[in-house]
Amino acid sequence: MAATKKPAAKTVKPARKIWSKLAVARKPLVDKALRQEVVIRAGTVARTGAQRMAPDHSPRAPLHQPAANARTPAARAAAQSSGGDLQHRVEQFLFAQSELLDNKQWQSYIDRFADDGVYWMPAAPEQTEWEGSPSIFAEDKPMMRVRMGRITHPNAWSQAPLWVTNHIVGNVVIESESAKQIVVRSRFHMMELRRDNVRHFGGTYRHTLVRRGAGFAIKLQRVDLFNGQAPFDYVLQVWV
Amino acid sequence: MIHEAIPNLQKFVEPDRVHRLVYTDPDIFDLEIKNIFETVWVYCGHASQVKKPGDYYTLMIGRQPMVMVRGKDMKVRVLHNRCPHRGVQLCGNTHGNTGSNFVCSYHAWSFQLDGKLEAIPLMKGYDGTRMTRDNPDCNVKAAARVDVYRGFVFASLSPTGPSLIDFLGEARVGIDDMCDRSPEGEVEVVPTCHRVIQHSNWKFFMENQLDSLHPSVTHQSTGVAAGRVEKEIAAAGGKAPLYYHYLSTFASTFEQWDNVQTINFPRGHGVLKAYMGLRPQDPDTLAYEKLLEKAYGKEKMEEYLSRSIHHVLVYPYLSVQSPLQQLRCLRPIAPNKTLSEIWHFRLKGAPEAIYRRSLWYYNLVNSPATMVNADDLENWTKGQWGLESNGGDWVSFHRDYGRDVEKDGVIYSQKGTSEAVMRSQFKAWSKYMQGEAA
Repeated sequence: MAATKKPAAKTVKPARKIWSKLAVARKPLVDKALRQEVVIRAGTVARTGAQRMAPDHSPRAPLHQPAANARTPAARAAAQSSGGDLQHRVEQFLFAQSELLDNKQWQSYIDRFADDGVYWMPAAPEQTEWEGSPSIFAEDKPMMRVRMGRITHPNAWSQAPLWVTNHIVGNVVIESESAKQIVVRSRFHMMELRRDNVRHFGGTYRHTLVRRGAGFAIKLQRVDLFNGQAPFDYVLQVWV
Repeated sequence: MIHEAIPNLQKFVEPDRVHRLVYTDPDIFDLEIKNIFETVWVYCGHASQVKKPGDYYTLMIGRQPMVMVRGKDMKVRVLHNRCPHRGVQLCGNTHGNTGSNFVCSYHAWSFQLDGKLEAIPLMKGYDGTRMTRDNPDCNVKAAARVDVYRGFVFASLSPTGPSLIDFLGEARVGIDDMCDRSPEGEVEVVPTCHRVIQHSNWKFFMENQLDSLHPSVTHQSTGVAAGRVEKEIAAAGGKAPLYYHYLSTFASTFEQWDNVQTINFPRGHGVLKAYMGLRPQDPDTLAYEKLLEKAYGKEKMEEYLSRSIHHVLVYPYLSVQSPLQQLRCLRPIAPNKTLSEIWHFRLKGAPEAIYRRSLWYYNLVNSPATMVNADDLENWTKGQWGLESNGGDWVSFHRDYGRDVEKDGVIYSQKGTSEAVMRSQFKAWSKYMQGEAA
């Protein structure tokens, strides 16, 4: 007798159909262990890390003091608002911003961003959106504060060795200007000395500036590293 | 015995400690390349990296430059990146499309995408020699074995040894967990690979991955800083996004970390169990869970989403962080130099919000501006320097030694901070270095 016709096969979800043949039985004990989850709910107020063992321990060199000849941010702000054409004022703004990095004035650096400002270093030049893209940096102001908090923490171990940077900014071109915003493109070169080694990073900044008082605030700083696709020998600890 | 054995192994590896030379000695490194990296199944890439015929990606298996390529028959193959004529590399870029053939830049020997000889200019010149078209020496040499597990492509340069499924063993759960989180049961690579050089022996990374004592020490600065901003956002009436939690948990107490257990499989593979609680009940997650439920049914969906995995190690080179769809693959270069390749994946058929949630981890923890690995790399560099010195000979793995619970070859650490992880990895290492399959 011919085999009875099977009832219409239930639709098997493609995922299960494809992978069921691979479903090799897992050891029940492993399964059981994987079902028991411990969740660490939040950061703790209790002492942890190295301070738990030695409360006054810090591996790092004293926090960097800006060079005596560095002008204060206030003096810079005054210089910035004191007339001059737009090209000049924008250039002064960019130069001052890079000096804040070299002087490790992290809070002043963050303050130059608008409240909704973003620092973005895309992973590839063709990317257009800072959110939803794999990036090297993609930080709004609260996340920039996390980065500042990390590098100024007494036990930021990777900050223990000598570490200084030197930025040059040039080729400043105003791409567009409106009542609302100014888009300006420039080139940068950063040398970094860490322990006994010098590294070089170069590339393009693209600042979208909005007017704030007599000066500017950064709505978006896009940083395209020209060597961002090469393997990184160590990592970048702070904004470039 | 498939390979040469290390002489006097017992001089280097004891059950509770290892000699510093296993991290620093060039001869031991050479033998690792031969007995381990050029023998075991090595991850080459994801099939979605090479979508169209002719698409290729180059990679290293041990010291062998290889190329993963999609054939006209849509099969993914792994070939030596080397022209059989005079040895010149056929693919000169890290990735691209080679067209319908490989063509050598030196004398234009050309090869089909499966490595078979297509043509040689002025072929008549070979009349009467042994280089006839049917001589296999005229083809590009292929990896001895290639296999694909749920889209993840592996190759072995050894014609014998365990199958891919056997090699992965229980560590398959890393790939399964990642794929099962997609309503279609598959993932797709995001074509951005971060590459970071570690100035340390590859073992530092592998040991560190399941070392739950180090996070609150090494990453305390980032954990505390993220926790502070997380609280500021809450105090201002907001709710910090989940990714602050990725960072703030690092600053937990030793006792909390001690509760995050490891499971250690044969062959050195292992799991660090989850601790971040990655199943919030926001609308995006709930919508995503609905999709999974539709695809697999409620029971399976629950099973998949409640697997307690932070990441899964495939010893000796791969870390799969399945709940956040990240993957880190090591390519050892020298005893004190290791390249890490860092990828992430999209869950096919899952909402964009779920991708973005995992992307934050890729950007904050795994990018070349990482706020986390910056301090790991510092440790490993200094660790390598310490082990290269004569200041002491032994590396201690004594924590909770003698208290491992082993069932069916699987070691369940009673304490999260147990150094069972390293002891288990060195068990596998010893077997490989004695010339056996681990």
